[in-house]
Amino acid sequence: MKQTKTYLSKTVEELKPSGIRRFFDLAAGMEGVISLGVGEPDFVTSWSVREAAILSLEQGYTSYTANAGLLELREEIAAYMENSFGLQYSASNEMIVTVGASQALDIALRAVVDPGDEVIVIEPSFVSYIPLVNLAGGKGVAVQTKKENDFKVTPAELEEVITHRTKAIILCSPNNPTGTMLNEQDLEAIATVAKNHDLVIISDEIYAELSYDEKFVSFAAIEEMRERTILISGFSKGFAMTGWRLGFVCAPKELTEAMLKIHQYAMMCAPTMAQFAAIEALKHGNEDVNGMRKSYRRRRNYFVQSLNEIGLECHTPGGAFYAFPSIERTGLTSEQFAERLLVEEKVAVVPGNVFGQSGEGHIRCSYASSMEQLQESIKRMKRFLERQF
Amino acid sequence: MKLTEKELEIVEILEQDARTKVVDIAKMVNISVNEAEALIKKLEENNVIVQYSSIVDWSKISGHEGVTAMIDVKVTPKRGVGFDEIAERIYRFKEVKALYLMSGAYDLSVIVEGKSMNEVANFVSQKLSTLDSVLSTTTHFILKKYKHDGTIFEKGEKDKRIVVSP
Ligand SMILES: Cc1ncc(COP(=O)(O)O)c(C=O)c1O
Repeated sequence: MKQTKTYLSKTVEELKPSGIRRFFDLAAGMEGVISLGVGEPDFVTSWSVREAAILSLEQGYTSYTANAGLLELREEIAAYMENSFGLQYSASNEMIVTVGASQALDIALRAVVDPGDEVIVIEPSFVSYIPLVNLAGGKGVAVQTKKENDFKVTPAELEEVITHRTKAIILCSPNNPTGTMLNEQDLEAIATVAKNHDLVIISDEIYAELSYDEKFVSFAAIEEMRERTILISGFSKGFAMTGWRLGFVCAPKELTEAMLKIHQYAMMCAPTMAQFAAIEALKHGNEDVNGMRKSYRRRRNYFVQSLNEIGLECHTPGGAFYAFPSIERTGLTSEQFAERLLVEEKVAVVPGNVFGQSGEGHIRCSYASSMEQLQESIKRMKRFLERQF
Repeated sequence: MKLTEKELEIVEILEQDARTKVVDIAKMVNISVNEAEALIKKLEENNVIVQYSSIVDWSKISGHEGVTAMIDVKVTPKRGVGFDEIAERIYRFKEVKALYLMSGAYDLSVIVEGKSMNEVANFVSQKLSTLDSVLSTTTHFILKKYKHDGTIFEKGEKDKRIVVSP
């Protein structure tokens, strides 16, 4: 009998399963686990947004929308990008509503990558980037950042990995998993490199709404960068809408046209009811978003200070909802630490090595959990540390 | 009283959960414990934070007898003091749990609690409607409380997220 495995493409066979998966399997079977391993908001989507989707269903809006998404939604997105980030994108030909930022990343990469092209991914990084580059036929090239630099990439580090095949850099700010937010200066330094080597920047700004100390600056707002930027964002994080699967991508006309070709054949359009929900979120959700941001900020302050107090050194992340403390002083690898913490104290965190080599020695803790859960998890981690080290 | 950003944050935190510990509040707003204590004291002294109380679902307690009524009251305001004088006469009754001056069809909204409908009815007919300035009253009894002061009485939604995700 022929082995089914022989049906698989080489590309897929070479894809590594995500290290997150293994931790999910470990934690999912256990009772009484406090999970700080969750990469999504702990808020349920606000009722007015849910209600708007219900209304659209009642009214029978159950068919496809335009490939790029409902025009009304694109117009709201255009207004939102202008008002919130000072960016101008045309609703008619410079944006596409996608199935999450995830699909936006996919079509962005497929639109710019030819076989063998290299795309630079700054590690520690969101786990999907390199696999998506590979699936697009490209080669993901990781560049490692340093804790001492708050995991910000330096121009020198970038220059070191740039070759004549380098096509693009993926940026993520505020960052998953480190929470680091790049300020205008940081972005300008990267912009110089991008300009010198004529690179595309795929800027994942899904956490833009969740910045706590400084105003978020989009890479597309940096002088002369708009033309080479594919801006990726969505509703999952800031609007607490992960399950709706709705995101968007903004880019200059030619790039948008290219992505729309892929999108129209591979996806047709994003879910219609979710698009109606998103219109409501943009029209009236501002206050909810502000409330959630405030709440995360308080929890961040509490959690990061508490981590430092119990001896897990952690810089204050400027955005997203992750703390990325160092566990180096324990002498354990991040996997050993996470596994023992889970088994012995039933606290689930994600080992830093799943986000790349430079994530080793760290763990990712999401503070998108209730204050009670955060307090309890600190108590447990303290006990764990005192017992062992 | 104009509040600073930190003071406003403290008020919001305590309004959400009056039992939040001072050490935690201090961390949440990024100030020292001493500073947090001082600010809370100041807010209390200025009557910004008026009182700490619990929201109780009395309907959960078997054997508890009690009814709540909302009474719309029309009154004649008095020259010089407007509604304040009659309001004070009304809110001093211990049966009155809340009192608001309203715009619209009537003037005062009085929330009254009693052990039974009878008790509330007696209060309305003997105490409230006999006041000089009261022109009329309309009493509505509350049948069930779903949400009170921003708190939904049924158990909150369960965390439906998967335990570990990217
Ligand atoms: C950095 C980053 N980009 C993209 C995504 C995917 O978001 P979406 O739900 O919009 O597909 C996530 C979700 O975890 C993320 O952390």
